[in-house]
Amino acid sequence: MSIKLGVPSKGRLMEKTFNWFGSHGVTLSRTGSDREYAGAVDGIDGVELVLLSAGEIPRELAAGRIHLGVTGNDLIEEKLVQWDQKVAPLAGLGFGHATLIVAVPQCWVDVDTLDDLDGAAAAFRARHGFRMRIATKYHRLVRDYLRRGGVADYQLVDSQGATEGTVKNLTAEAIADITSTGETLRANHLKILEEPPVLESQATLFRSRVAQKTEAERETLRNLERLLGV
Amino acid sequence: MSNTPDKRQVRSEAERLSAAFAARGADRFEADILFPAEVLLDLYGEDIRARAYVTSDPAQGEMMMRPDFTVPVVQYHMAGDGSPACYTYAGEVFRKQEDHPDRPSEYMQVGYELFGGADAAAADADVFAVFVEELEPLNLRAATGDIGILIAMVSHLQVSAERRAALMRHIWRPARFNALVKRFAGITPVPASRVSLLEQADPMAQAGPMIGLRGEHEIATRIAALRADADEPKMSSEEVALIAAVLSVSETCPNALARLHDIGVDMPGILPALERFEARCAALARRGVDVDRLRFEASYGRTSMEYYDGFVFGFYAEARPDLPPVVTGGRYDALTHRLGNGHEIPAVGGVVRPDLTLILGGAA
Repeated sequence: MSIKLGVPSKGRLMEKTFNWFGSHGVTLSRTGSDREYAGAVDGIDGVELVLLSAGEIPRELAAGRIHLGVTGNDLIEEKLVQWDQKVAPLAGLGFGHATLIVAVPQCWVDVDTLDDLDGAAAAFRARHGFRMRIATKYHRLVRDYLRRGGVADYQLVDSQGATEGTVKNLTAEAIADITSTGETLRANHLKILEEPPVLESQATLFRSRVAQKTEAERETLRNLERLLGV
Repeated sequence: MSNTPDKRQVRSEAERLSAAFAARGADRFEADILFPAEVLLDLYGEDIRARAYVTSDPAQGEMMMRPDFTVPVVQYHMAGDGSPACYTYAGEVFRKQEDHPDRPSEYMQVGYELFGGADAAAADADVFAVFVEELEPLNLRAATGDIGILIAMVSHLQVSAERRAALMRHIWRPARFNALVKRFAGITPVPASRVSLLEQADPMAQAGPMIGLRGEHEIATRIAALRADADEPKMSSEEVALIAAVLSVSETCPNALARLHDIGVDMPGILPALERFEARCAALARRGVDVDRLRFEASYGRTSMEYYDGFVFGFYAEARPDLPPVVTGGRYDALTHRLGNGHEIPAVGGVVRPDLTLILGGAA
């Protein structure tokens, strides 16, 4: 049996993950055709590469079907209840940086803090008869953040993409989304609240706390962690 | 949870308790498990999604699995002729346990609810005493509170109606409530962003294009409200101290009453609520409750669902602090108003968890 390492199966996240492992003497590569999700690991024996969608890696780690996995800590914290009991972060990989923020229309000159957002939400509900809509795909993280911030009279509406456009399209009044440079927000006439962000995220190597291991697999995992310096 | 009892045992314990309530004159009530999510979302807002299961029906839209019976029983009662009534029910409720994954997300509740008791103190005492009497062998410790005193306190603060409304809205969110008090009292400074907003002659000059449903008029209205708020004198330090004094009362009922009466000298707005508290203590004593030893915490019940607006109570197993409360209940007059299409009726009730009564000693 071998240690299973889950890595995002596509795009820049995959390339940068491969580069990070390569710089630590572990070569990851895709095998077979471009379309086939199979991979190889060189530089250490007993490690198997599993190519997965980044969004599925939290679930696979929590289920113990993979021993190690690379994904954003935003996805880990959104998708796993009591995540720190299921996975342990081993290393931030220094890429895939993103910040989960709450943004409102630039024209809301009266709203800069969560306190303002709450006040505006109360007035909005009184006037429009429904709760202010905040579009996001990070429901748990955002709800928890707004609850701790004491914001009431809002509702989350699900948005799995093009979230910045929801305000202009009148399907939401505000958004909570991942941003890296803020350019898309500015282009859509949105501004970030002057508050600590909901979450700072980067691509991170996690170890499953629940995956079963034989003695040989334990040894492999120790060797791999030593190679990677984590 | 350790030694979770068998479901069949829990069901027969639930039936035993419900039969005991029925023997006291309560009518049996049955509720749907699935009901439209809109009702609960409208009442509690987004936070309910963290606690209740939401599912969807292709025709009826978002549905929720009942997180408690209070809303269904109020809806049922308000749809009737509104005459006084007493109900008991027994059934499963469904709660997500994000913070306590070790706790069951599906468990039974047995309720006893009283609608229309003209004498509020007697009705409060009746509901409380019924739970005390039925669960006496378990030696539970009761905690009580009274949201009505907090509402009375906020209603009579020497601040603008807007500030009172803001505080009233957040009675059930203690951290936010305290933050508002500190801001109104000038203890926390006004955020720089607001200072600079209010300094601008034309705040909309740099606003950019207007997008979204919240229009320019709404923004202007809120800026005007912020200006009025900025011009309002600070809440006095005496009043801040009185609020803190009320919220920190945690004594036996007689001592709490005495302490609140002392505070009431400087805060006479709470005196009518204290009269109700005193009447309830007398009614409880008449029902044989040992009021002299009964705990009263002014902040009790503030973090639970925001429908309680008067008497609140909970029973705890002192030897098992790991268990959730065995009984919870309170008065929810305002909820009957919200769900009653213009009608309202005094209502007080509580629920007991038969799984916990079994763990703690079972059928007496």
